Amino acid sequence: MTDVARRREAPDKDRVLTLLQDYGVYAAVVLLVAIDTAVGSNFLSVSNLRVQIFAAVPILIVALGMALVIGTEGIDLSVGAVIALAAAVIPLYLGYGVWVSIAIALAAGAVSGVIAGGLVAFGRVQPIVATLALMIGLRGFAVILNGATAKTVTNSTVVNLGVGDLLGVPQMAWVAAVLVAVVAFLVHRTTFGRQLRAVGDNRAASALAGLPVRRVLIIVYVVSGVFAAIAGILIVGYGGYADPANYGLNYELSAITAVVVGGTPLTGGKVRVLGTVAGAVFMQLISATLIQHNIKASYEQIVEAAIIIGAVYAARGRAGR
Amino acid sequence: MASEPDVDQPDPVLEIVGVCKQFTGVHALRDVSMTLRAGQVHALIGENGAGKSTLIKVATGAYTADSGEIRLNGRLVTFGSPLAAQHAGISTIYQEINLVPLMSVARNLYLNREPRRFGLIDSAAMKRDARRVLREFGVDVNPGRPLRELGLGAQQMVAIARAVQLDAQVVIMDEPTSSLERREVETLFGVIERLRDHGIAIIYVSHRLDELFRICDRVTVMRDGRVVHESAMSAVDRLRLVSLMLGRDMAEVTRLGSTAFSADREIQDAPVLRATALTSRRGLAEVSVDVRPGEVVGLGGLLGAGRSETVRAIVGALKTESGSVEIDGATVRRNSTPAAIKAGVVLLPEDRKSEGIIPNLSVRENIVLAALPRISWAGLLNRSKQDEIVDYFIKRLQIKASSPDQQVSELSGGNQQKVMLARSLCLNPKVLLLDEPTRGIDVGAKAEVQAVIDELAKDGLAVVLISSELEELIEGSARVVVLKDGHVVGELRGDDVTEDALMSALAAAPTSAGLVDD
Repeated sequence: MTDVARRREAPDKDRVLTLLQDYGVYAAVVLLVAIDTAVGSNFLSVSNLRVQIFAAVPILIVALGMALVIGTEGIDLSVGAVIALAAAVIPLYLGYGVWVSIAIALAAGAVSGVIAGGLVAFGRVQPIVATLALMIGLRGFAVILNGATAKTVTNSTVVNLGVGDLLGVPQMAWVAAVLVAVVAFLVHRTTFGRQLRAVGDNRAASALAGLPVRRVLIIVYVVSGVFAAIAGILIVGYGGYADPANYGLNYELSAITAVVVGGTPLTGGKVRVLGTVAGAVFMQLISATLIQHNIKASYEQIVEAAIIIGAVYAARGRAGR
Repeated sequence: MASEPDVDQPDPVLEIVGVCKQFTGVHALRDVSMTLRAGQVHALIGENGAGKSTLIKVATGAYTADSGEIRLNGRLVTFGSPLAAQHAGISTIYQEINLVPLMSVARNLYLNREPRRFGLIDSAAMKRDARRVLREFGVDVNPGRPLRELGLGAQQMVAIARAVQLDAQVVIMDEPTSSLERREVETLFGVIERLRDHGIAIIYVSHRLDELFRICDRVTVMRDGRVVHESAMSAVDRLRLVSLMLGRDMAEVTRLGSTAFSADREIQDAPVLRATALTSRRGLAEVSVDVRPGEVVGLGGLLGAGRSETVRAIVGALKTESGSVEIDGATVRRNSTPAAIKAGVVLLPEDRKSEGIIPNLSVRENIVLAALPRISWAGLLNRSKQDEIVDYFIKRLQIKASSPDQQVSELSGGNQQKVMLARSLCLNPKVLLLDEPTRGIDVGAKAEVQAVIDELAKDGLAVVLISSELEELIEGSARVVVLKDGHVVGELRGDDVTEDALMSALAAAPTSAGLVDD
């Protein structure tokens, strides 16, 4: 009786929270777009949309990897530093060919993921501690690789990834679209996705059921590292130079925010891929809207804080039942 | 323990009168009344879902009744919260212990009402008092130790001691013995008798009928949110109680018996599982167990004897330093659960909540979880194959869920356990290790689970059974291996598999030198 009973208690509040959690972020995106279109005349202009895409895509890509990690009840603070590392690697190996340097940048992200995942899976180090160490160490390593001053990157492939178009749409957006599809497929259609949710929901039970718990953990951190490296490459292309000392700062926090606002609970066991996309878009729109109305960045931060608390509250309200 | 005739009853302490409670269309309680009198132990029984928990929650202020009254010492009361009920003298001991595991025993006992000296907590006085109080409850420990270092039984005694210290007039015990071993149960009964002598009224919720007849004065039976029976405990017998709870007629209950195991099964000669000299730093010394196809081998022993450790070691979930596990003559890689499962050994763990179910996954996802790689091609989910397996087990085990998509955490304990059983069975195991397979599930589900175990063994599955209910262990097992302090100290076979023989084996087993040194 109690199980049923508890769920039926206060159904209205429950239902509102559920709806808010499931669809709130999409509704918020639509609402913001509507407001921006109504108030500012040029919001839907091609040039403005491009600006929004360039700003949103790198965080969105990092957030996708982050969502997988969070789905296992983990967290990856190293993503900002991995962006810096990838940025440092690109100019370093461009001499061997652009695809070689891109491959090495991606490999660097994967290695970082193996270290983080290995510490979590085998060393039983808490994810926040393992990735915090990487966050600090990798940033230093990236700056050492690159030297203190930013390096210009003019390779057309890299620059096009950052600012170029394919079929009239920024290449960056294509990359993001492919990655969204890949992650959605992984989560919903593969045994790996099922195992990921199980491990995040109840690690002890998953281990007793014979699931490859360690493999799952390592893979999610590797995906997160590789995705962060991709974001790093795109940022280098967009900026036209590599600046490991400043690239990717606070990206871990923006990515976590996007994931949480998108309705993925920090307690693991659930990954909302489209929600994460909407979360990243929403946070970018908030920022753009406030800038458009000449509201100071400090106020923007306060608004973001309120949104995070609102999102976590909505998630908690349901988890508590 | 026979109660006085109804005319000569002591004063009522807590009266629940005509209470109704609905949850969006579902009647959880319908016109429920119950009268608790000073110095009486009142059994409250019923299957899961009968409304016991809801009634307790209404009585303790966790829920508010839609209609009806609650009177404490004749005065109408409404509790806004469990804390308010506690202050008024109604204390509840839950199945899960609601104390702070990292704090000391003494701190837990005096939490929120610590003795003070100069405005600071007087630790010395607190520890002194705690030791004295706990001795009365049969717990002789250093009160400075963190609570979590105590056994579950001792922790429960601390919880009870705390409740009684709070000047309780009514103590509600919800399945208090489900995690206790026999000796601890005796201590608890001693405590309950003392509470009764002090005029405290007790609501005692339990699935274990034997206990009710030993300790309770009156009994209230609930079914489907109503009270279907109320009388002196001595006025009913076991069979009648079961039939009242289940709402089935007596003949059916008689035929089914109190456990659902049948006597004879065909057992083959060559063992399928051969665990040899399993030794673990954490509690096992050279434990060896063989099981043949069609055989149910019980593991007997008290709490902490190494029963759970043995099955966990076999399935690779408890790290072993030495020893070997063979399935059909082939050695299984040690300390790897995936390897053990691949070889055909599956464990149904004792703690369903923390090690069994994946709460946010659906019934379907939970059932196929472990078998998923086997029914998938290239790591892609195959929906129709999943459905086929899930449908089969939902029917076969009679899992009651609104749909396979229902979240497993919403199911009753018995149905969750069946989901766990289905998860194990769809791996096609050769050996099934069952650690307390019927703990905390209602009478009906229990009989169904037992019947399934019985059938599986008949079909040639080898089963290792752990149960703290002697009756279940004895009736279910063809052979019982007796453990003590991580050693095998004996074995009961054939006609020797009786409760008496097991108890004397446990009592007579020589105290071993303790665990292996290293």
